[in-house]
Amino acid sequence: MADNKRIDEPTGTQTVGHEWDGIEELDTPMPRWWLIIFYATVVFAIVYTILYPAWPMIDRATAGVLGWSSHGELEKKLAEQEAQRAPIMSALSTTPVEKLVASPQLMDTAVEGGRSAFKVYCVQCHGSGAAGSKGYPNLNDDDWLWGGDITAIQQTLMHGIRQPGDDQTRMSQMPAFGRDGLLSSSEIQDVVSYVRFASKQEPASESAQRGRAIFANNCAVCHGADAKGDRQFGAPNLTDAIWLYGGDRNTITDTVTNSRYGIMPAWGGRLDPVTIKMLAAYVHSLGGGEGLPTSDVGAEPEAAPAPDESAGNVIAE
Amino acid sequence: MTGAEEKFFEARKKVFPRKVDGTFRRLKWVIMAVTLTIYYVTPWLRWDRGPYAPDQAVLIDLANRRFYMFSIEIWPNEFYYVVGLLVMAAIGLFLVTSAVGRAWCGYACPQTVWTDLFVHVERLVEGDRNAQIRLDKAPWTAKKIGKRALKYAIWLYIAAATGGAWIWYFADAPTLFMDFIHGSAPFAAYAAVGILTFTTFTLGGFMREQVCIYMCPWPRIQGAMMDEKSLGVTYKYWRGEPRTHGLKRSHAQPLTDLANGEKVGDCIDCNACVAVCPTGIDIREGPQIGCITCGLCIDACDEIMEKVGREPKLIGYATAADEALIREGKPTVSAKKRLLRPRTLIYFLLWAGVGLGMLFVLGNRDRIGIDVLQTRNPIWVRLADGSIRNTYTVKIRNMEARPRTVEIRVDGIDGVLWNEAGSREQATRSVRLKVPADKVAKTQIFVAAPGNGPKRTDVTFTVRALDQDMASATDQSFFERPEANR
Ligand code: SF4
Ligand code: SF4
Repeated sequence: MADNKRIDEPTGTQTVGHEWDGIEELDTPMPRWWLIIFYATVVFAIVYTILYPAWPMIDRATAGVLGWSSHGELEKKLAEQEAQRAPIMSALSTTPVEKLVASPQLMDTAVEGGRSAFKVYCVQCHGSGAAGSKGYPNLNDDDWLWGGDITAIQQTLMHGIRQPGDDQTRMSQMPAFGRDGLLSSSEIQDVVSYVRFASKQEPASESAQRGRAIFANNCAVCHGADAKGDRQFGAPNLTDAIWLYGGDRNTITDTVTNSRYGIMPAWGGRLDPVTIKMLAAYVHSLGGGEGLPTSDVGAEPEAAPAPDESAGNVIAE
Repeated sequence: MTGAEEKFFEARKKVFPRKVDGTFRRLKWVIMAVTLTIYYVTPWLRWDRGPYAPDQAVLIDLANRRFYMFSIEIWPNEFYYVVGLLVMAAIGLFLVTSAVGRAWCGYACPQTVWTDLFVHVERLVEGDRNAQIRLDKAPWTAKKIGKRALKYAIWLYIAAATGGAWIWYFADAPTLFMDFIHGSAPFAAYAAVGILTFTTFTLGGFMREQVCIYMCPWPRIQGAMMDEKSLGVTYKYWRGEPRTHGLKRSHAQPLTDLANGEKVGDCIDCNACVAVCPTGIDIREGPQIGCITCGLCIDACDEIMEKVGREPKLIGYATAADEALIREGKPTVSAKKRLLRPRTLIYFLLWAGVGLGMLFVLGNRDRIGIDVLQTRNPIWVRLADGSIRNTYTVKIRNMEARPRTVEIRVDGIDGVLWNEAGSREQATRSVRLKVPADKVAKTQIFVAAPGNGPKRTDVTFTVRALDQDMASATDQSFFERPEANR
């Protein structure tokens, strides 16, 4: 069919020689610059395959004479990132955790760093939003077993809870009043009535009245005479709305009978101090963080000016 | 193209446009002067915006994602203004094209303006058309090499100045200029200048009309937007044909019928219109894609018509409709009437409507914004006293070039709010925040409300600037509680 080439009269251009239902195609030559660019791309491709990894072999591609690799690129970028972060990381390691609040930039970095460390080490128990679950405290609320200011949180993180072998660990143990025969089951029911009365879940009753005396003799030593708990022993406040295991009669009965307590790893042995600081800052930032006890540092960070005058910290982007 | 041999490619046919003077040439000078002045001078204009914003009148600040144009500042979330500008540009081109055809191509397109400039440089160094043709054919003597080198040097200088001016739009021009000559400007600046120098040099010096004929999509699109009432550069063949040959003969036989009854046209076939054409085409073959309607052939032909004592505008702006009217022997419609017709009026009204709408919105927009994002993990938190807390990530945009103190409040729920700098003990019904000039501030807002209530409550966050203009903005969100309250 290539024999049907002919010169098209009006344009003077040769046809390609195909014909479909009388329609023919002109073989218009390309402009020369177009061809030059085409050859340039061919040359580029050849040079590229020599310089960079290109040809697939059995288990890897040819390396390319420049020795470039995406792994190498990644390592370089990571090192750059590390170098860029070095100044703020060293500032974080020298600043005591209670002074972080004074520097919004450090605090911000610490919170963000803590957020990612939390996702790796803490979510297994406390959940990805730090909301906890039965037996694992919710870190967003304003109820703290061992203390909610930023140094107390750091202490808990460092030494854990009930970790044998760490002499600064948070330690206490609730007796199993029923199992060990310290209280009879009717006494337990009375003390449960009292606790439910104290937390406003039940009206006053005779049982609760009896329970008050039993509580004063057996429980007040840790939970306090007013049942508001004692952070020194990690003894929860029994009058508030927050129940780690549940505030219904059955659960409290079980708790008093068999005792309950949680444990938490001492992260001091596993994580570097900066990461722990960042975790403390993050947990503190979740909305329930408390101010430092006033005697601790000179400047009480949360004692801002009168509420309507307070203009808060700003994290500018 | 008459060769029968099979050609795989075709070399560019060299074009040596001749110098010409006339109305359209002078119009092109003015447009070139104005457009180049705008291009080179704009980035150096200053505009005082106070201490917190740059003082460059026109600045595209990519790093901080701001666009400044005199008193207007555009944030990335207001990108629709840029879309509006593009819509105006598109409708504007529809308007111009439907009225006067490829006027953009012939007068205002950067490709045309810079090519025109390069052509003049060429003429200055190598002489006019005939000298250029001679030089092109001449062997490579020292004189030819010298001339070519000088021409390329001037081209390169213009190209570098073009590429150089581009970058001033993207940073503070005086600062960048000093950095640039000291070698401490960012690599991207040098790369941009390098690339633009190269493209200006090749496109203006060598590619020229090939860009319009092969590369640019615009001529194809314009073809679809013109109609029979659009003005275009036209050879009025009904006047010009049949052509006579040579000046003398046309003088001898003025515009009369020949003795044998044949009519003589006005065109004396002097080829002046072909010689001046920057794209090297013959307009007498009719409208064609190669014609960018620069109007130079009109000037060239008018010159000739004056010499032979005939009516000017043998080549001139005319419409296809006029041609039809003349063939029917009816009077033509004036150019003014051609410009004012429903199609162009509708385009103009649309264009003006978009423009006025944008101006109105620009003049009335609030320079403050709020975005509220409810924390979903956990959605709610029970507090020790039994109340429920929700958390929100709130972003405040302060789009004024001054720091502002703002007040954030929440309506629709009986609650108190505080942020990371406050605490619940001191919480009230609003939070105050300092937002730096021209920045976004991000804060965590905690809202605590009684534990008894519906599962989901609609709430409205309002931010109000506590300065003279009291600008405010709102955003909607929810306050959520557990299903059944224990
Ligand atoms: S065809 Fe394209 S490049 Fe050429 S003058 Fe018109 S718009 Fe400009
Ligand atoms: S034909 Fe005339 S108007 Fe068209 S490009 Fe050539 S000189 Fe310009």
